[in-house]
Amino acid sequence: MQKYKKNINLLLGAGILLLFFGMMVVSYFYTPYDVNSMDIPNKLQEPSKTHIFGTDEFGRDIFSRILKGSQTAFIVGLLTVAIGAFFGVLIGGIAGYAGGLLDEVFMRIMDALMAFPGIILALMLVAVFGPGIINTSIALGIIAIPSIARVTRSGFVQQKESEYVTAAKLIGVKPYKIMFKHILPNISSQIIVALSIAFAIAMLAEAALSYLGLGVQPPDPSWGRMLKDAQSFLISSPWYTYAPGGAITLLVLGLYLLSNAIRDIMDPRSK
Amino acid sequence: MFYYLRRIFLLVITVALVSVITFAVFQILPGDPVRTMLGTEADETQIENLRNELGLNRPLYQQYFDWIGGLFTGDLGNSIRFSMPVSDLLMERLPVTLSVASMALVIVVLVALPLGIFVARRQNKVSDVVLSSVTQLGMAIPSFWLGMILILYIGMNVDFFRINGYIPWSESIKGALSTLVLPALTIAIPQIAVKFRYVRTAILEQMELDYVRTIRSKGLPEKLIVYKHILKNALIPILTIFGLITAEVVAGTIIVEQVFALPGVGQLLITSISYRDFPLVQGIVMYITITVVLINFIVDMLYSVIDPRIRLR
Repeated sequence: MQKYKKNINLLLGAGILLLFFGMMVVSYFYTPYDVNSMDIPNKLQEPSKTHIFGTDEFGRDIFSRILKGSQTAFIVGLLTVAIGAFFGVLIGGIAGYAGGLLDEVFMRIMDALMAFPGIILALMLVAVFGPGIINTSIALGIIAIPSIARVTRSGFVQQKESEYVTAAKLIGVKPYKIMFKHILPNISSQIIVALSIAFAIAMLAEAALSYLGLGVQPPDPSWGRMLKDAQSFLISSPWYTYAPGGAITLLVLGLYLLSNAIRDIMDPRSK
Repeated sequence: MFYYLRRIFLLVITVALVSVITFAVFQILPGDPVRTMLGTEADETQIENLRNELGLNRPLYQQYFDWIGGLFTGDLGNSIRFSMPVSDLLMERLPVTLSVASMALVIVVLVALPLGIFVARRQNKVSDVVLSSVTQLGMAIPSFWLGMILILYIGMNVDFFRINGYIPWSESIKGALSTLVLPALTIAIPQIAVKFRYVRTAILEQMELDYVRTIRSKGLPEKLIVYKHILKNALIPILTIFGLITAEVVAGTIIVEQVFALPGVGQLLITSISYRDFPLVQGIVMYITITVVLINFIVDMLYSVIDPRIRLR
């Protein structure tokens, strides 16, 4: 039963992620219509054979824009996770390995960052950095740091008393080498799970910021931004919201399923 | 006693760091903040005036202590756009946000708790896969899209609901409810989807303990076992869960207000960012975060009253 469920999570999660990844790759070479070409006479058309998700208020093909939007989602997600992973692992690693005052100081700062409700911190940071793909990713990356740092720190604290670390110390291996060559690979499963969750949260947060008009800006297509635009026509063209809303939900769902599956596979004790 | 002192010490440190971060973030603004706020058409005297008004000509640490001192006296400076004290603006918007957030909180508790108990009692009849799918979906769906779906399927079909704007409680209780229930539901539904499973787990964990086996073997009816014995013991993990949602509900309100065009703190925050009204952004961020930190602190303290063992950890 457990094994069955694990595989379902893995299959569904990986399937969804691959589907969107494929969409993203394809969208670099081909979209059914040009994403920015307007066709005002055919605006707000219901889904049909020619436009399977309909057209928006400028007569642009929504399906093509959903395809293109997957690029933004992946770029922001990957950049965010890269920033969060780099600083999170560095801070968590140093805090966990060094311990003492350094640990206390680093972790109190991480606690303070986590005390902000996520979206509030995100809004404050984009207020300062300004909108756009890069700035949004930096803001979301900063928000991803504390949770990754915590996971890394607790891994380092557990591992640093192990015999292999003591042995490495005795033969004079340099601390940074012990940290990143010896300990890090041993806690990579926990970190990978944390990263995949951070990826899902980043995509959801990007959609939220763009929906509020403060994240990704036109002409860069963003699913969140599409929902903002769709809301003005909610009553007359309700189907307009289905494609972008469904895309966000499905992709985030896939990532959560995948992170669950990874956790179960890499750490059987969690079940 | 030592436990409480340490908790209070950590609380003070957290609040201090939060305030330093909130203050410092606005210092790294590229360029001259005053010029950014006023735009390119401002002349030198205007710029100089605003500088003096905002106290930007003084040393940083002095600016910080002025600002943080204002936090305690309720004076966080003036909004640039509205030329009004930040605290007055907040007070004006607070009732809307508080109403939505507390209504959402009540809905979550009223639904997630019974639902969690219900599925725990039918442990083998409701499949785990179904339950976890509900939770995953609740985590994945963006609240603003859920809000739109509720507008389409409930707001448009039930005459009672208004899908746009806000009617104050003082004007009409029914009116206020008609504008607030859907936003509150929008925030509550994903929370319920996630939290009922925690309730279920908390209860199932108790069910495996010896005392439950003993009372069951002496023939106590299952209903009494669950409601009289298990629930009491599962209260602490359950309280923990509901303590955690306050932050999420507050954050949810900020976004969902935008879907239903509610004139709350969230809307004020979003417009103040668009207008680059930074003193207002700073003030709102600070007050919201401190509120959340304090609520979490109070919940923490409550546990240790309910379960004194926690103090020993």
